[in-house]
Amino acid sequence: MAVITREDIIKPENLVYKRTSLLVDCALSYCPGCGHGTAHRMLMEVIEEMGIQSKTIGVAPVGCSVLAYEFLDIDVQQAAHGRAPALATAIKRLMPEKYVFTYQGDGDLAAIGTAETIHACNRGENFVIIFINNGIYGMTGGQMAPTTLPHMRASTCPYGRDTETMGNPLKITELVATLPGTCYVTRQAVHTPGNVRKTKKALRKAFEYSYAKKGVSLVEIVSNCNSGWKMTPVQSNKWMEENMFPYYPLGDIKVPAAE
Amino acid sequence: MKELRLMKGNEAIAEAAIRAGADGYFGYPITPQSEILEYLMAEKPYETTGMVVLQAESEVAAINMVYGGASCGKKCWTSSSSPGISLKQEGISYMAGSELPGIIVNVVRGGPGLGTIQPSQADYFQATKGGGHGDYRLLVLAPASVQEMADFIPLGFDLAFKYRNPVMILTDGVIGQMMEKVELPEFTPRWTEEEIVKMSGDWATTGKTPDRERNIISSLILDSAKQEKHVKKLELKYKAMEADEVRYETFQCEDAEYLLVAFGSTARICQKSVDIARAKGIKVGLLRPITLYPFPTIPIHELASQVKGMLVVEMNLGQMVEDVRLAVNGKVQVEHFGRCGGMIPNPDEIVKNLVSKIIGG
Amino acid sequence: MAKVKGAIVINNERCKGCEVCVDVCPESVIAMNKNVNTKGYHYAMVTNENCTGCTNCAVVCPDGVITVYRVKVPTEVV
Ligand SMILES: Cc1ncc(C[n+]2csc(CCOP(=O)(O)OP(=O)(O)O)c2C)c(N)n1
Ligand code: SF4
Ligand code: SF4
Ligand code: SF4
Ligand SMILES: [Mg+2]
Repeated sequence: MAVITREDIIKPENLVYKRTSLLVDCALSYCPGCGHGTAHRMLMEVIEEMGIQSKTIGVAPVGCSVLAYEFLDIDVQQAAHGRAPALATAIKRLMPEKYVFTYQGDGDLAAIGTAETIHACNRGENFVIIFINNGIYGMTGGQMAPTTLPHMRASTCPYGRDTETMGNPLKITELVATLPGTCYVTRQAVHTPGNVRKTKKALRKAFEYSYAKKGVSLVEIVSNCNSGWKMTPVQSNKWMEENMFPYYPLGDIKVPAAE
Repeated sequence: MKELRLMKGNEAIAEAAIRAGADGYFGYPITPQSEILEYLMAEKPYETTGMVVLQAESEVAAINMVYGGASCGKKCWTSSSSPGISLKQEGISYMAGSELPGIIVNVVRGGPGLGTIQPSQADYFQATKGGGHGDYRLLVLAPASVQEMADFIPLGFDLAFKYRNPVMILTDGVIGQMMEKVELPEFTPRWTEEEIVKMSGDWATTGKTPDRERNIISSLILDSAKQEKHVKKLELKYKAMEADEVRYETFQCEDAEYLLVAFGSTARICQKSVDIARAKGIKVGLLRPITLYPFPTIPIHELASQVKGMLVVEMNLGQMVEDVRLAVNGKVQVEHFGRCGGMIPNPDEIVKNLVSKIIGG
Repeated sequence: MAKVKGAIVINNERCKGCEVCVDVCPESVIAMNKNVNTKGYHYAMVTNENCTGCTNCAVVCPDGVITVYRVKVPTEVV
């Protein structure tokens, strides 16, 4: 009997996984190994599987994902630094039949955009916030973020974050979970196959809950910034597990009452 | 049917927006314009026309809501007063860069800083010369009556969508708080989703349907050559506005030997001054710019060949006077008379200053 | 009972050589090429035929450059 060769297997009918066509066919602008790319892919897989491309409007932040609109094959608005939730508020209120999401980094969401984030959550706007927490300002070259861990080094805290003078890392996800306006608040990661799959499920739930007018769904993705952390991608994922996850534990923080 | 009502300027502007088919208003309280948000909340247009009215957490959020709504091809607007308008400058610059239509109403109060809640025209520079960062212009309309407050909302939306550029209505507490008879426009229905797709489907984020490429609203262009090209494209719009959108009004200019130039509430006071001066035998006229950008440079330039001198009257230390001087280009003497800090010039002191600064003696 | 056999295709030019896929492969199929692509990255490559098509590598690849195929094979064929 013939041995099955690679050529026998690599046929369209045997395809089990390929990059979704809702990600534009171009190279992503992210550093090698950066979790932004995986997060984008899961987001677009969910939009593809839900069949909501024509009903979805995204808001890109200022941060490494400022160019997200180059990669996502949907209508996207690019917001000023931190203002994405304000844009999304108006989009969703003016077009309630649309699926609306923001995609924001930790500097964008938890520093300059804290007011917009908290108030959109408090008003219970019916959109999804995807929050990429890499504990650093990736885009501008690795400065301290509100989420930078105690003693963690960054270019503006070269001796490590001194909590005496710079405060403790802001757990904004736990904070917004206390607001009645949020319906689903969860913390995920995208560095292992299992975590990626969980993130995808979380994103799908988030879109469904917020579309069902339950309020804001916030999916935090604890992610790496190997460039900012000055590590290899593989090292950064390990460092993330050992250092970020104890402070930012993964899992659901809030689920809708019926669950 | 047109409707006559006695209204405050701030109320008229709010009612006009409902009638103009506005889709969304986003505001934050600040004196002397809080009646706009209050009026809208009391009228509940979301139950009638479907217009969204939202009290935002700040002026920053409010203007960014306008940005989000405008990006969907919707008629959105916001209002504030000077300190709040300073906060909105980020969003205004982004709107100009992303070529978004929308109206920003500034009911100006005296400044700098927290200043005073009394009327002022000290935000002329901010409104006409940029205000936010980057090379851009706003189309600036300066109403001088409650009627114009109402009229400039539909006009503002027309211009904003025609040029895909933000429009500012620059007014002050005098007009905002003043009660006058106003003829309200008839109701224009809000655009349907289909109408928006038809009109703005080539740029607005209404959801990417299979028949078109995705629409992206962004002001980010990292490539310098492309950024320059974009700014040059914006410049063409500004040139078109300068050619086609200049609006002004003249009053007793036919035989005028001297000219007052004033906008908004100050122009109304100047009308009185013209009468007083003429009663004294001084032939004075008044030119009132209605658009502050584009500025009525040509009519002022032409009047410079007719009159012996001009007095620019403003509620500031001298801002529009710079544009008048540029228009006159040294041909005749141009002086400024201003009150500031919330003080309103009176017609007699304007005449006195015309005599002392321009006519002589 | 049928067994599964898989194969992956890596888009060499889009691979950024991050190596994230290497460790997650339960069958140790993937290693890094000593050659570089035109962007200068050592790209991932298939080193053996043990792939089961589990998709782990493709799912974690930040740049989404891995495509996975899988067939069910009657045991006697293998
Ligand atoms: C008003 C304003 N302030 C500062 C900046 C500069 N800036 C760009 S991105 C950024 C930080 C982004 O960090 P984060 O949100 O964590 O995103 P990341 O790049 O880490 O994904 C800053 C400070 C800006 N663009 N606009
Ligand atoms: S700087 Fe950090 S967050 Fe930005 S792309 Fe690189 S690794 Fe990702
Ligand atoms: S599909 Fe699974 S077995 Fe095959 S190479 Fe990828 S990780 Fe390894
Ligand atoms: S995870 Fe993707 S980009 Fe990274 S080495 Fe593997 S194939 Fe290349
Ligand atoms: Mg960050």
